[in-house]
Amino acid sequence: MELNYTAADEAFRAEIRTWLNAHLPADLQAKVLGHRRLSKQEFLSWHKTVAAKGWVAPGWPVEWGGTGWTPTQKHIFDEECAGAGTPQIMPFGIAMVGPVIMRFGNEGQKRHYLPRILDGTDWWCQGYSEPGSGSDLASLKTRAERRGDKYIVNGQKTWTTLAQHADMIFCLVRTDPEVKKQEGISFLLINMKSPGITVRPIVTMDEDAEVNEVFFDNVEVPVENLIGEENKGWTYAKYLLGHERTGIARVGGSKRELAFLKSVAAEQQVDGKSLMQDMRFASKVADLEIELMALEMTVLRVVSAESHAAAQGKGGPGPEASLLKVKGTEVQQRLTELMVEAIGPRALPFHVDRFDDPAKGEAIDPLAAYYFNYRKTSIYGGSNEIQKNIMTQMILGL
Amino acid sequence: MDFAFSEEQTQLRDALRRYLSQQYTFEARKKIIHGSGTSDAAWTGLAELGLMGVPVPEPYGGFSGTGVDMLVVMEELGRGLVVEPYFATAVMGAAFIKHGGSDAHKTALLPNVADGSLKLACALTEKQSRHELHNVMLSGTAQGNDARRSAAPDNGFSLNGSKTVVLHGAQADKLIVSARTSGAARDKSGITVFVVDKAAAGVTVHDYRTIDGMRAADVTLVNVGVGRDAVLGKVDEGYALIERVAQVGVAALCAEAVGCMAAINEQTIEYLKTRKQFGVVIGKFQSLQHRAAEMFMEFEQARSLAYLASVKVDSADAGERARAIHAAKVRAGRAIRFVGQSAIQMHGGMGMTDELAVSHFFKRISMIEATLGDTDHHLAAFAALGSVQENTTAQAAALTA
Ligand SMILES: Cc1cc2nc3c(=O)[nH]c(=O)nc-3n(C[C@H](O)[C@H](O)[C@H](O)COP(=O)(O)OP(=O)(O)OC[C@H]3O[C@@H](n4cnc5c(N)ncnc54)[C@H](O)[C@@H]3O)c2cc1C
Repeated sequence: MELNYTAADEAFRAEIRTWLNAHLPADLQAKVLGHRRLSKQEFLSWHKTVAAKGWVAPGWPVEWGGTGWTPTQKHIFDEECAGAGTPQIMPFGIAMVGPVIMRFGNEGQKRHYLPRILDGTDWWCQGYSEPGSGSDLASLKTRAERRGDKYIVNGQKTWTTLAQHADMIFCLVRTDPEVKKQEGISFLLINMKSPGITVRPIVTMDEDAEVNEVFFDNVEVPVENLIGEENKGWTYAKYLLGHERTGIARVGGSKRELAFLKSVAAEQQVDGKSLMQDMRFASKVADLEIELMALEMTVLRVVSAESHAAAQGKGGPGPEASLLKVKGTEVQQRLTELMVEAIGPRALPFHVDRFDDPAKGEAIDPLAAYYFNYRKTSIYGGSNEIQKNIMTQMILGL
Repeated sequence: MDFAFSEEQTQLRDALRRYLSQQYTFEARKKIIHGSGTSDAAWTGLAELGLMGVPVPEPYGGFSGTGVDMLVVMEELGRGLVVEPYFATAVMGAAFIKHGGSDAHKTALLPNVADGSLKLACALTEKQSRHELHNVMLSGTAQGNDARRSAAPDNGFSLNGSKTVVLHGAQADKLIVSARTSGAARDKSGITVFVVDKAAAGVTVHDYRTIDGMRAADVTLVNVGVGRDAVLGKVDEGYALIERVAQVGVAALCAEAVGCMAAINEQTIEYLKTRKQFGVVIGKFQSLQHRAAEMFMEFEQARSLAYLASVKVDSADAGERARAIHAAKVRAGRAIRFVGQSAIQMHGGMGMTDELAVSHFFKRISMIEATLGDTDHHLAAFAALGSVQENTTAQAAALTA
């Protein structure tokens, strides 16, 4: 066991850090660090900056524009980006549909879509969940009927993150309603500008507009937009869910938020001292920090196992991704909880008009909204209950 | 021992619940929140039910209601998610006048509180004070020669400084303001409480929404002159009054939280019984069943101590009062977090939406946790009572006697 990074890893880290220092625009960084809401343009401009450097898809094979980094290097890159406060690279293209197209798409699809994902030409969104199909995704009802060289799609998707920005949506649709539910599903790529698509925003409890309902009314989709074989969509969807999972623990982001929490708490007073000198509060922060330390080591163990597996030509992490998701989101949520606790009654003001600009108001302004927003992390991406079901079945054999 | 509510209390509860379910629907409330923030019609409606008179003593036009009467009212206002300035005016404001006002104050103000024609707000919190209501820097300077002092009228004070998160500050006619009249920022002595006209020269009020759908304000006072007759209680000894009123406020907030949690639990159980996944209602999944059972237990434990606080808040025994109040807020705080978070989680994506009431209840109770001292604040205060051990021994003795 060797728990230090190699000199080469450290040099790699330094290279990433230097580049981020030089290329991450200060205003964008301030927004991310200040928990402000980013526009489509802001996400895209950062995507393009990273893409121009060739680092936007570290998980992809080199031939399609990947970096050829080791799992450890990928981890270091994620950590450095999170620590610096870069905008998130949207996962829907790079981490989700890209790998599916690469693995199951035909040559034409690869040549058309992959470069556009890489350079940010197409903004993708994920059309899986439906009103009646959340945890039980396989029960989905959105129907695609083949007519000649087209599919006619009718139905509804929901909770579609940032669909209002999207050019393309990848959908699970039902192509055969007669068979077992997992066996009648296909994976379709649909242009969001198609006639018959309506996007309706869902307002969340923090009054943000990050999710939507997407309605399909006789939407015509060319058959060449089908990925792989008809009725094999569930296999592709599962492949996607198992891909690139070590990032879901978000250790880098939580480390940054831990530092932020401490800085906010240090400015609060209790008993004439700083809140960080208050044993009750400091102990809670310490508890959380210890949990995060453990999580980081757990992630590194998974990364290391991945490196060994990769060296033997085997695939990525399996059901242990569920552990990372549950513990990762618990840490993220606890961080927001303690931020709200730290600021006491000043959590109440809801200056939503200031959420787009860190120059407006104070650093504490968005924290209560951030707390409420982050309740989502234990719900989406397979709820934490579903993750626990996966662990009990796949790991514990219960 | 009898935990039953009186006939009058039951009637009040029924009448209020009926009024709110008909006139103060979730949709109506949404319009209010995104409009001016409060509703004159609802205020009139609540006044007609006699609600503002409940805490006001009979000689001043009220009903001399007890802590338990207030519990009944606050539980229902919680259940109805009411965003009107009842807590600011009838709970906190009225308590300041009742416990600290002179006869003249009571005669001038309380009848107008009781009939709904006067709204009050309490300006206690400052940016640096967090949960410490004795952390007061807004200054009250007695009359004298320099610029600030000369703003003070004969025998009076000049007030300078800022308050923040003043609940319903902009909707109030009068502000009850804590000021530092002597000593250092965190001294418990040297604080004086004043009644200030919101329209007085030098008063600026900046209104904003709070995340739980209410309104609050930042209040700035610049050379605001007030006479001796504006003082509630005694000069430099205002902190005892503030603490007393905060107890009334905490008891009311715990009751409101109980009302909110009752609604949250009902809505969550209903959701568990209707939402289907994997071909069954999700209430069939044992992990969710256990979580629902925990919510139920949290709620009942919080409710028990809210009841205790509602009885003890009127007690003449300061030690007994403090003990019950701190305990109730701590227990409510624990329940709030668990019940609120569990409700959202078990609603899945729907729990995240602005559309369902459950997220609004969750936001409200979470902000109750941040108001008038959070769990840790009251836990420390309870521990500092120092008499935990003695009390337990005394109670044990009483039980075995
Ligand atoms: C902010 C946000 C963004 C999202 N973005 C997207 C997106 O871009 N694209 C997309 O397709 N989807 C997206 N989702 C949807 C998300 O994947 C679903 O919300 C999630 O799968 C849960 O489904 P549900 O909301 O229908 O809840 P339900 O499945 O109805 O679950 C309700 C509750 O029951 C529990 N439960 C369900 N089944 C079981 C079981 N067998 N055992 C124990 N407990 C169970 C759940 O854990 C949950 O607590 C997003 C959701 C949110 C909140």
